[in-house]
Order: sequence, then C-alpha cells, then structure tokens
Amino acid sequence: MNNERIDQIIDNHHGEASSLIQVLLDIQSENHWLPKEAIERVAEKLQVPLTRVQHIATFYKAFSLVPKGRHEIHVCVGTACHVRGATRVLDTFQDAIGIKPGETDLDLKFSLQTVNCLGCCALGPVIEIDGKTHGKMAPSKTAEVLKNYE
Amino acid sequence: MSEILLNIDGKEVKAQEGMTLLEAAKSAGINIPTLCYHEKLEPFGGCRLCIVELEQRGWTRLVVSCVYPVEKNLVVRTRSEKVDRIRKMILELQMAHAPDAFDLQELAQEYGADRNRFEKESSFCIHCGLCVRYCAEVKKANAIGFVDRGIRKEISFIPEIASKECWNCKECFPLCPTEALQAAYVLTKALASFETTPEK
Repeated sequence: MNNERIDQIIDNHHGEASSLIQVLLDIQSENHWLPKEAIERVAEKLQVPLTRVQHIATFYKAFSLVPKGRHEIHVCVGTACHVRGATRVLDTFQDAIGIKPGETDLDLKFSLQTVNCLGCCALGPVIEIDGKTHGKMAPSKTAEVLKNYE
Repeated sequence: MSEILLNIDGKEVKAQEGMTLLEAAKSAGINIPTLCYHEKLEPFGGCRLCIVELEQRGWTRLVVSCVYPVEKNLVVRTRSEKVDRIRKMILELQMAHAPDAFDLQELAQEYGADRNRFEKESSFCIHCGLCVRYCAEVKKANAIGFVDRGIRKEISFIPEIASKECWNCKECFPLCPTEALQAAYVLTKALASFETTPEK
C-alpha cells in the first residue's frame, strides 16, 4: 500500500485526529494488515503521537501488525460448535491450507483463526470467511467451501 | 471558586470546587497511599490503591479518591476495615508481578499484605502509567507507550524516538515504583545496538 493511498484515506476522514481508529480500520480492510510505514504515516499526518497509534493498533483485535491473508477464516470453537464437532472441522481446514490457527499461508491467501462464539449456535459447527457465514459445516464440506476463494 | 466543606476521617476539611478527594485530604495533612498519582500529571485512577469509603444518606460506597471530585458534606473514611482489606488485596496482586519493589514492600508491611499469596508472574511492571504519562504530558516526547491489552499489556519504548530523547532526559526513571522501566530501557537499547551492529 503506497503513501498516496494512505493520504487519500486520511483525506476521506478530513485529517481529523479523532478519526484515527476509522483511518486504521480502512487501511486494515484494504491492506489486511498495518505495516510500520503506514502507522508512522498516519501518526505524522493526523498529528497523533506514534505511541498512541501503536497502543490502539495493538489493543484492538481487528488490527494486525503482521501480514494477513486475503481471506480470513474464523472457525467457531465455542461450546455449541465444539460439541457438534468443530475441532474436526478445524482439523480439516488446518490440513487443507497447511497452517495452524493464528497463522497465514505463504501466498497470503488464507489466515486461519479460532473464535469462541459467532452468535448463531443453532447453525453449528459454524465458520465465517470474510464475514460470510457458513453454517452446519462438516469435515467433508471443507474442500468445497475453500474452492470458492481465490 | 466556591469553598466546599467535607469531613475526612472525622476532620472538617475545606476544599476548593474541582479538587479531588485525594488533593483535599493531602491539603489537610491526611495521608492516602498512591502508586499512580503524580502532582504534575492528570489523574489516572490506575492503581486503585487510593480507594476510600464514602458515606451518603446512610449508605457507604467505595470510590477512587484520585479521580473523585469533592462534594458538599461528604463523609469520607480513608482507613476503614473494608478499605484496608481492599488495599491489602491490591498490594498482594501487584506483588505477584513485582515482589521486590521497595514501595510495595513498605505498603505491604503497613497493610499486612502477604507477598507470596499469589503465584509469581514477575513482569515487574504494575501498569501505573507514570512513565508513559510523564513522557507524554510533561516532556511531550512520547518516547514510551503502552502496547497490547489485558494480561499482555506492557510498556514499550519507540527506539527511533528514545534514541534521540531519552539519553539526556531519563526523568521517568525515578518515578517508576518497581524499576521495571529501567529494565525496559536497557532492553530497548540492547536490541537497538544489536540491530545496528553488522554481523561478523
């Protein structure tokens, strides 16, 4: 992500320091992570101390300071999903992509993460990819779901 | 500024509007223990050690005196049984992180806190924020800040700023109640020199 694009995002928020989190969210959703250069640029442009930007970027789970894949997979391992076999679903995702929860594959295609509840336990075991919910998952459905993402 | 009369530990205390309970008590010569309070800095309410008991309309409640503004006719108790019990617990929890800090040991003696009550997890930092706030509010250098949250929260220098500002300042060092700050500084310095020295 180049500096022009970052400046453009900052301008969209009128360069106000109070929009710091919104600016960071925009960069995060476009770039999938916050590089050091981007954080420094935002701090300088919004006239916010770098320590505060760093504090916010490390505080919220929505931000990542390490590269993330283009598609984020959240596998629910909450109680309801767990008893319906979420761990087996998680295993098939790990095998299919070759990464563990919290990791990103080398092509920056997928990031895998476990979550504790997505709030739709009746659909369990449930997973979420890029915000789209896939309910009633089964180990045999994993490959088919992953096929839709490039 | 109007004057406010209140009662702290049975003593009539005059305070100015806008003062905190802690400041009012200090001005009356009543000592309340603190760890995160510093007169040059904005109140933080981080350590909770300055907790006091208020009595209003027959009820008592607990408030943190460094962030609670004075009110008319308040009845404040700074050393009730409940307050002492809470301070003891706070000290015991903090001593799991910094068992050998002198400030904590002194207070622990007064409140009968047992430094070995909780399993040790020596991070040495008790998150009082004195260094972070002093650097931001007084020095305006912002060389050090908090990162992460909850049990993983810690102080962290920004090496690029620290290398320019800290060597000639170091005013935050004596503020730290546990000396965790010096350790963080030495670590940053060591990492920075390690990164700039080319490998043989």
